Amino acid sequence: MSDRLSVLKTYKLYVGGKFPRSESGRVYEVTDSKGNWLANAPLSSRKDARDAVVAARKAFGGWSGATAYNRGQILYRVAEMLEGRREQFAAEVAEAEGLSKAKAAAQVDAAIDRWVWYAGWSDKVAQIAGSANPVAGPYFNLSSPEPTGVVAVLAPQESSFLGLVSVIAPAIVTGNTVVVVTSEKSPLPALSLGEVLATSDLPGGVVNVLSGRVNELGGPLAAHQDVNAIDLAGAAGDAELVKALETAAADNLKRVLRPQAVDGSAVDWSAGPGTERMLAFLETKTVWHPMGV
Amino acid sequence: MPTTVPAYGKEAAGRLASMADVTASDGALRRFLHGLPGVDAVGLQARAATLGTRSIKTTAKAYAIDLAISMIDLTTLEGADTPGKVRALCAKGINPDPTDRGTPRVAAICVYPDMVATAKEALTGSGIHVASVATAFPAGRAALPVKLADTRDAVAAGADEIDMVIDRGAFLSGRYLSVFEEIKQVKEACRREDGSYAHLKVIFETGELQTYDNVRRVSWLAMLAGADFIKTSTGKVAVNATPPVTLLMLEAVRDFHATTGVQVGVKPAGGIRTTKDAMKYLVMVNETLGEEWLTADWFRFGASSLLNDLLMQRQKLSTGRYSGPDYVTVD
Amino acid sequence: MSSAFEYAPAPESRAVVDIAPSYGLFIDGEFTEAAGGKVFKTVSPANEEVLSEVTQAGSEDVERAVKAARKAFEKWSALPGAERAKYLFRIARLIQERSRELAVLESLDNGKPIRESRDSDLPLVAAHFFYYAGWADKLGHAGYGADPKPLGVAGQVIPWNFPLLMLAWKIAPALACGNTVVLKPAETTPLSALFFADICRQAGLPKGVVNILTGDGSAGAALVAHPDVNKVAFTGSTEVGKAIARTVAGTDKKLTLELGGKAANIVFDDAPIDQAVEGIVNGIFFNQGHVCCAGSRLLVQESVQDELLAALKRRMSTLRVGDPLDKNTDIGAINSAEQLARITELADAGEAEGAERWAPACELPDAGYWFAPTLFTGVTQAHRIAQEEIFGPVLSVLTFRTPEEAVAKANNTPYGLSAGVWTEKGSRILWMANQLRAGIVWSNTFNKFDPASPFGGYKESGFGREGGRHGLEAYLDV
Repeated sequence: MSDRLSVLKTYKLYVGGKFPRSESGRVYEVTDSKGNWLANAPLSSRKDARDAVVAARKAFGGWSGATAYNRGQILYRVAEMLEGRREQFAAEVAEAEGLSKAKAAAQVDAAIDRWVWYAGWSDKVAQIAGSANPVAGPYFNLSSPEPTGVVAVLAPQESSFLGLVSVIAPAIVTGNTVVVVTSEKSPLPALSLGEVLATSDLPGGVVNVLSGRVNELGGPLAAHQDVNAIDLAGAAGDAELVKALETAAADNLKRVLRPQAVDGSAVDWSAGPGTERMLAFLETKTVWHPMGV
Repeated sequence: MPTTVPAYGKEAAGRLASMADVTASDGALRRFLHGLPGVDAVGLQARAATLGTRSIKTTAKAYAIDLAISMIDLTTLEGADTPGKVRALCAKGINPDPTDRGTPRVAAICVYPDMVATAKEALTGSGIHVASVATAFPAGRAALPVKLADTRDAVAAGADEIDMVIDRGAFLSGRYLSVFEEIKQVKEACRREDGSYAHLKVIFETGELQTYDNVRRVSWLAMLAGADFIKTSTGKVAVNATPPVTLLMLEAVRDFHATTGVQVGVKPAGGIRTTKDAMKYLVMVNETLGEEWLTADWFRFGASSLLNDLLMQRQKLSTGRYSGPDYVTVD
Repeated sequence: MSSAFEYAPAPESRAVVDIAPSYGLFIDGEFTEAAGGKVFKTVSPANEEVLSEVTQAGSEDVERAVKAARKAFEKWSALPGAERAKYLFRIARLIQERSRELAVLESLDNGKPIRESRDSDLPLVAAHFFYYAGWADKLGHAGYGADPKPLGVAGQVIPWNFPLLMLAWKIAPALACGNTVVLKPAETTPLSALFFADICRQAGLPKGVVNILTGDGSAGAALVAHPDVNKVAFTGSTEVGKAIARTVAGTDKKLTLELGGKAANIVFDDAPIDQAVEGIVNGIFFNQGHVCCAGSRLLVQESVQDELLAALKRRMSTLRVGDPLDKNTDIGAINSAEQLARITELADAGEAEGAERWAPACELPDAGYWFAPTLFTGVTQAHRIAQEEIFGPVLSVLTFRTPEEAVAKANNTPYGLSAGVWTEKGSRILWMANQLRAGIVWSNTFNKFDPASPFGGYKESGFGREGGRHGLEAYLDV
């Protein structure tokens, strides 16, 4: 083997389809489970969160207006692109979470399959969440789900990649756009995911990735008047924070998805998902129309 | 109706008079326009898209490229226009490809009224028309006397064709007769001292009218008012000519011709930049109106950058290799 | 229409498809010879050129194929849904990758214009596999119980009008639900199914999950009669569908049938006329009218009859009939000499019974099977051309005065596959849709297909639905 010096990667945010540094110029040290330095991650500010919401809102019209088929194809493309970078993500997850190579690889495989699972939901969710309603009168009456809008997602703290994918994919497959705050301690797999999303035909701004402090970013996102819903998965274990964020979210009646386990007990993200995380960020629209000659 | 007459021909007024009742009052005109068949947007777009898949190759392509060049209203409508710029554009229109003198000339040079005299002089003897925008182009927001004076000025300076804009505000608020009367008056202002008329193109700014139903209605309105050409856009707003809007206008022209015998031309303008785009428009004309309309007398492209793309494609056909922007002139 | 702007020939390259001189039967993951050794030729209907020699499956071959499918069923049905899904996603992607090749092949073997095989058939084929791929691991959410089970071996017989698309409609849901299949393509269009076998190979699909038997109707009859087939799916004529229903009577076999039609395309006086004309043309001339849901009866409100027919004739005059591989062709070749004879016979009957026949001037090629787009006016419900399915580019025009009359005439047929309604009035569309006895009602559009949308007929047009969530039921033990 040669003594070649490796080229280190500069990890950056993923906002609006671009890879900016934090506007604050701040970074924080990311270490592996043994405390060894891995990289400096951007320490996002509330202004970064604001910019990310603007990007997500801008992307919402196009993404929610795309056909379900098209969205499904793009999610499947994400799976294809991840498959090709499986080794990279397995290594990052192993370092981030202190897992063996095999366990980390299993996490990555499950995450890839999760994209495939949700890709398949794109043109089916309306078929299980919608209905033709037999109202008592000469009216056609049809209920269909529609995406809520911009969803702020606090990604799980422990499961830096599978957990992350498990919360992003269900939000975007139905047409929402997302601002996700990565695992605070292990942001690197999420920041790398941005590179995959950027090359998967996913329009810029549909997923925006911020690394930093949940305490610093959660508040502004929960209070943001142009955010329609918030997923508090990443606040699990901090009951006070959950309450504070949910309270702030009440200002514009954001839809709130509470952590599965508020007490902080570990969530098994490898378990097969149901439809809950998709349905949480859907509105139901019912159309009436008379029937008559 | 036995034979075709152009809207600027002597008979047209008589033919149009047969439909005078529909323009007798605001109410009558509204009822007529709102009685036109509706347009299903999805179906219209699908038809335009299907026509867009026609594959124009080899001899057909060579024919269509030369035809397209001959139909261009080569346009400069900038605040920064100068006599020098206009003269350069005229030279380009006369001799589009200095490496191939067999290249057809464009149909017209389209400029602001104050540049008409310059263009007229530069084009002397070329057979290329001078078209002038008028009536407070592009917004059309000026008092009628100002618009008419604008038009007369351009005609007096030698414009062969006037591209007027309609009052979109009046149309959208339902004052159809006001739009109709304005077009008629502008047409009258196109009259030269010798009694002949400059050809009148009526610009709808379809991007502002928004709906296809509106486009069909305004097309009929303008043709009833005596438009020689109907034109999509100024090129100055976000949405300019699109294939579906143009197809719909072609259909309106076809139906108007079937009803009155009066032949009207069509000019899509703005956003048509490539040979491929131009081919799609020619296919639409061919399959909607037929070859009678496949001349510069009845179909025009309002464009500037389109010409160089056509020239590069033309060079490709004659040499067999792809050309590049360094091999066409920038004017 | 002759014009100074004549479109030069724009042929799609044949070189993208490499057809072997002969093909065996695809059984248990391999191409094999037939037990009986019989072969037949498949020709291009556009010029009668022999494309390849394919194998006639006999009852022994059916036996082998069903056995292979049965053997494969155990493992295939036990695979986690997510794994079956990934196989189907692979197939979908491979079809997308090879879609130009398959489109050319389909146009060669079937005679349909490349514009349609390229822009309609192939995208729909890929989309169908994508759609059902997604269901494979979500069956518990489909409304058929928490853990619905597959049926077993599906015997599937498909027609020649959309060879690869009908294959997709059959195979995608069957595999997604965990069944294995033996599929028989139509005698005149076997090639795309044989190419699909190669796609299964590229996808690494386990052996025996998909088996393809080529042959005539006798092979299909043997397949649906086989005692170890659990599910029969057939698309084709009503006559054969009835025979199959009799065959499976008294067995445990689950049956779905997608049969003939005589759809009414109903145009009201307030219709968006230009788009209605397009819809009428698309409704009857799409795929040379070889479409079970074709809008073969135009019901036009008397008050707009003249205007509409004038517009329709004008539009028909621009249709380009000819070489299916020319990208500018609108109408290709009739699929077979037999079908051409049937169309000719019915059209002649229309004339003999007093309807007025009209067709635009168009030059038809000398070789091959061709029929000009044809319009009959003055047709009444009593005419054969108003009653019988012609399955060709022949439109019968009838008139009506009121919505009730339109409904009565539209429903006055043993068929009930599809219908079209053209009006700008929304409440009338929904009222008409409510009254029409047909499985699909298109409003202000026609011949629209989507994997998410269930397709199938009322009455003698068959039973069961293909496509959508509903399409799963046919392949689940529910």
